[in-house]
Amino acid sequence: MQESSSFIPYIKRYLKRCITGPWSLLCGLSVTFKYFIDPRRIVTEQYPENRKTLKMHPRYRGRLEMIEDADGNNHCTACGMCERACPNASINVLSTKNIAGKKVLGRYVYHFASCTQCGLCVEACPFGAIRMNQDFEVATTDPNTLEMILNKKEGQG
Amino acid sequence: MFVPSVTNPIGDFVRNLVPQVTAYLPVAFQSETLDSVVAFLINAVICIIAVCAVNIGSAPILIYMERKVCAHVQCRLGPMRLGWHGTIQTIADVLKMLFKEVYAPSGADKLMFYTAPMIVLIAPFMVCALIPFSKDLVVADVSMGIPLIIAVNGFGVLGILLGGWSSNNKYSLLGALRSGAQIISYEISFAMILLFVVMISGSTNLMDITMSQQGTVFDWWIFKIPVLGFIAFILFFISSTAEMNRAPFDIAEAEQELTGGYHTEYNGTPFAMFYLAEYIALVTNSALATTCFLGGFHAPCIGIAAVDNVLNMVPGLVWFFGKVFFMIWCYMMVRWTFVRPRVDQLMDFEWKFLLPVNLVLLTAGAAWIAISG
Repeated sequence: MQESSSFIPYIKRYLKRCITGPWSLLCGLSVTFKYFIDPRRIVTEQYPENRKTLKMHPRYRGRLEMIEDADGNNHCTACGMCERACPNASINVLSTKNIAGKKVLGRYVYHFASCTQCGLCVEACPFGAIRMNQDFEVATTDPNTLEMILNKKEGQG
Repeated sequence: MFVPSVTNPIGDFVRNLVPQVTAYLPVAFQSETLDSVVAFLINAVICIIAVCAVNIGSAPILIYMERKVCAHVQCRLGPMRLGWHGTIQTIADVLKMLFKEVYAPSGADKLMFYTAPMIVLIAPFMVCALIPFSKDLVVADVSMGIPLIIAVNGFGVLGILLGGWSSNNKYSLLGALRSGAQIISYEISFAMILLFVVMISGSTNLMDITMSQQGTVFDWWIFKIPVLGFIAFILFFISSTAEMNRAPFDIAEAEQELTGGYHTEYNGTPFAMFYLAEYIALVTNSALATTCFLGGFHAPCIGIAAVDNVLNMVPGLVWFFGKVFFMIWCYMMVRWTFVRPRVDQLMDFEWKFLLPVNLVLLTAGAAWIAISG
């Protein structure tokens, strides 16, 4: 009796798997078949050919840039939070004093060569003054171009 | 008189042409025996060229097709740069493969190392000679077609075993031994399914098997016997996938475990020959499936006279290759969808599931024949 009571569930499980196994295989095949017949599912880009029309995803983190309005003014207060947040010291915020004696942004120096595009500086900024842009063709033959000053004007404070 | 086996319009044309040409020769060379021998040799050369053309010509097409199917299953586009949609890419790859330096690893048995790829190629070429491509297009119309195919198909594993053994590499040896164990196991169910087809069609000749499926779609062996035919087709599909060492049953060259399996140490032309053998085996197994289950070169008639007349106007060769490429596409979809089982799971599947089901199927087929008369 002991043997038969364990034998029948085993047979039941075996027969059940004979049905569910092929069914799961068919489900897998239907997924790949849908991918096969639908060209809209293709996610790869034909990069050098479609360079003109290629649009980068909004989430993509490229080079760091300053958010500026039409006149070229930025929101940076030279607080240095981004400099402290940067894990590999790619940012140097050099502050200066304006006529009123208040600390404002002098030069925002950005070392692109050591930047890993982690985006911690953007998260750390309390004023929303910087963002990562969509540039991805950033290779250069001149290393000096990788040292850049991001602000066009001094900060307003 | 010397009787050649080839009896089709091309062979008859050659046999008629040879006496007319030899009539211009001196009388000393004119004899019926000589004529028939010459005609036989010319026919044999034509057959060899045809088989080589079908096999070697289909390999680049299949490689291109595989890359495209694989790419689209994985949400990619595949080769797109060389030629229209990357059509010349395969030729570039083949040329690169052929111009590579060929060398054997130190400690390898050079003779066996270089013989193995050629032995692997023999099996699919010989099977291809037996397949009826159209009503008149069959190289060797032998009466024992199915047993010959079963015998020859196991030949490929000899090359794989030799290649793995002579490479002097533990991964190659492991891959070869796995392949040997796998093919010996799956050969049984492969043979049993073919035996099932032989049983229901009453002939071992592939031409007779094809002719027994004449009529509509529902006269094909996959549909003619309710349920049993379809089950037999699925089992044939599984066991032939294992026979070809294709994924999901490619444990012989499981990259994650064995780096490259039996062809780890091969490069250049010998590697290309292993690769070629794999793709020709794909063609021949698809052709076998088409011949045994999908009605061979018969058009898929549906019983309506107007439609059937149009379908019958298309030559049988086109239908045959259409069905073969459909089968190849099925094999490719399976390859790029399913995951590879472990070695013990693979063996369990054959000995504990496929073989008993095959035996039941054979019995049920016999019962069906007895009942239906």
